[in-house]
Amino acid sequence: MAQQDLKPSINSFSFPKTLKLKTKQQELLIRVATLALIYVLAFITRLFSVLRYESMIHEFDPYFNYRTTLFLTRNGFAEFWNWFDSESWYPLGRIIGGTLYPGLMLTAAAIHSLLRFLRLFVHIREVCVLTAPFFASNTTLVAYFFAKEVWDSGAGIVAAALIAICPGYISRSVAGSYDNEGVAIFALLLTFYLFVKAVNTGSLAWALGSAFGYFYMVSAWGGYVFIINLVPLYVLVLLVTGRYSLRLYVAYNCMYVLGMLLAMQIRFVGFQHVQSGEHMAAMGVFFLLQVFFFLDWVRHLLSDTKLFQSFLKITVTSAVTVGAVALGVGMASGYISPWTGRFYSLLDPTYAKDHIPIIASVSEHQPTAWSSFMFDFHILLFLFPAGLYFCFKRLSDATIFLVMYGLTSMYFAGVMVRLILVATPAMCLISAIAVSATIKNLTRVVRAKSPAVQSGSTKGTSTAKSSSKGVIDNSQPFQRNGAIVLLLGAFYLLSRYAIHCTWVTSEAYSSPSIVLAARGAHGQRVIFDDYREAYYWLRQNTPQDAKVMSWWDYGYQITAMGNRTVIVDNNTWNNTHIATVGRAMSSYEDEAYEIMRSLDVDYVLVVFGGVTGYSSDDINKFLWMVRIGGGVFPVIKEPDYLVNGEYRVDKGAAPKMLNCLMYKLSYYRFGELTTEYGKPPGYDRARGVEIGNKDIKLEYLEEAFTTQNWIVRIYKVKPPKNRW
Amino acid sequence: MARSSSKDAQDLFRALWSAYAATPTNLKIIDLYVMFAVFTALIQVVYIALVGSFPFNSFLSGVLSCVGTAVLAVCLRIQVNKENKEFKDLAPERAFADFVLCNLVLHLVIMNFLG
Repeated sequence: MAQQDLKPSINSFSFPKTLKLKTKQQELLIRVATLALIYVLAFITRLFSVLRYESMIHEFDPYFNYRTTLFLTRNGFAEFWNWFDSESWYPLGRIIGGTLYPGLMLTAAAIHSLLRFLRLFVHIREVCVLTAPFFASNTTLVAYFFAKEVWDSGAGIVAAALIAICPGYISRSVAGSYDNEGVAIFALLLTFYLFVKAVNTGSLAWALGSAFGYFYMVSAWGGYVFIINLVPLYVLVLLVTGRYSLRLYVAYNCMYVLGMLLAMQIRFVGFQHVQSGEHMAAMGVFFLLQVFFFLDWVRHLLSDTKLFQSFLKITVTSAVTVGAVALGVGMASGYISPWTGRFYSLLDPTYAKDHIPIIASVSEHQPTAWSSFMFDFHILLFLFPAGLYFCFKRLSDATIFLVMYGLTSMYFAGVMVRLILVATPAMCLISAIAVSATIKNLTRVVRAKSPAVQSGSTKGTSTAKSSSKGVIDNSQPFQRNGAIVLLLGAFYLLSRYAIHCTWVTSEAYSSPSIVLAARGAHGQRVIFDDYREAYYWLRQNTPQDAKVMSWWDYGYQITAMGNRTVIVDNNTWNNTHIATVGRAMSSYEDEAYEIMRSLDVDYVLVVFGGVTGYSSDDINKFLWMVRIGGGVFPVIKEPDYLVNGEYRVDKGAAPKMLNCLMYKLSYYRFGELTTEYGKPPGYDRARGVEIGNKDIKLEYLEEAFTTQNWIVRIYKVKPPKNRW
Repeated sequence: MARSSSKDAQDLFRALWSAYAATPTNLKIIDLYVMFAVFTALIQVVYIALVGSFPFNSFLSGVLSCVGTAVLAVCLRIQVNKENKEFKDLAPERAFADFVLCNLVLHLVIMNFLG
């Protein structure tokens, strides 16, 4: 206590008055330094994977992005834009330029050429690996400005710090995860920030900036549909709650018209803004806003309310009729397409399970479990409602936007695991408001008392004053101590958050999934590099024009690393083609041979985890192959592969299961192998059972290559037998 | 009944016209510009209804050019109108510069889109 009393006097001694005047500058310096540190932190916390493994591309989709970026840097933009890829979807092929979001590739290529211009000759792969962390760093800056616009600069700093290490965002932006989401979250937040800024200022320039942000978002990720629905919803809410303003009119109209036009320049999106049902809300709100503005203007002109009433009646009825007729004609003539399956599956989480197995089969499309909310958000989950409370307490156009963004994205995060990513910025911003406002209030309580005590004790000019202060002091000692305790608690929580985030990043989100790591019997790290071994083998040992059949998960990797043609890949645009592969995998060998001959297949690749205990292999994905195949070809029936509704591979398995192609290819020669001490040969470690069919003979295929740990197995399709 | 409603309408238009006559000239010029853009858009829509929308991107760029022009002009009108207290801080010069910038972007994109 005595020390604290001394402190101000020391301060006044050591800092002359000239320095004290510059508190604002000191504050600015601290703020900029903090932001710079956060910027660096956001980058380096995502580098775990590079340190642990090496600088490489992760997972599945990034390999496609990497391949296209490589093509772009080698052949130039025009070639890229007109690229017809014959290596995927054999024999259909794919028009790459017209069926992808080019934003990510163009960004990486631009950074690459900038670095080359600066005489830094790095390989394009390094640029691709580090693109996502770089954009995560930029996102922290946007989060700072956004929170500053909505609340104050303190909340901005907290928001930047929270979003820099939030696991929900890190999961998609570690070094090497070169995917659309990495740049898209930056674009999403930038668009929202500029739009809120435009609404606050009513300036056309900010709205134009927001339209450009939207353009970048459209070029980068299909999630732009969220923006084009959230913004009109926000406008509608402001209209209904009577917060309509001319600033809103300027911001929305400029952003919508220019953003729509810019978005149409992306070929993959094309005319969807005027033709597809998902984008109609924005257009409806656009026209509604025009009618509203016109009515408002006429009311302003007319002083007579009775005349205006009749005018209102006429205009509203005619506007509603025209709108309804236009919508009806558009829908009936098929000019406006109905909502797509993906959109339905967002509004109704059970829709995909019943109608589109290919969407339901992807693990990141599953509804979110509570534990993953806790895992990805940690304390933000508790701070979010508190932040909402503060937002409602200080309601403005900007906070309403933030609240709506938070609530809608929370809903979508609950529907689909991967959409946690979209909710993360909102969670961080709203939680930052809670943290900032709370800490500000608490420090005010803590700091307000000490000068009061001091002035009361040292000056003591008027007895009445000091006595009144004494009363306050007596009544509030607990408040001050309580504030200190609460502050300590807040710092404890925040430090726990930082620890949790670092732990999650290093343990869960930094594995490339193409190289697997496990703990050996003596606690040492064991690396399984089987995927790359197999793809390298394909590249070296098969003819240039060989066609490889595998389940669609591995298509991108085979074309990117193995440089061979595949039948299906992760793009999943043609369900029938995938179903054909699923049918081949789940048929008997002779039937499958016919299908493979008709598809011109030379090699079949399966992923098998029975030796290593790697559980996301093809046998565990097999039921989805059956379901997707059966969805198109009714010959394939799911019950044939199940015993009493149970999926098993041991002796009690269904006979069709034990003899289908996938089973045979996975377990060929596996019956001779002892995988674990004290277990019979043919013991499957991924499923923990002894397999049911140990004596597998292949008639139409032969084993070509099996990797060191048996994770990838490649078979050659034999040519047809001589007839004589 | 019909006579009374038509009389109402006449009253309404007369009242509107007299109220409108008081607007400053520069706003009237902008209004004329907006009317022109909207009519051009309407003519194109009628044309499309009669002839068909085959080069759809050309149709879209034509109509959106008019709609965009009209909307941006309305925004300019809002910003330079002295009665709107919300935009007191915004200088008319700045508003006009923003307007020109947005139009520039709009028509560059339109040119790219005409095909």
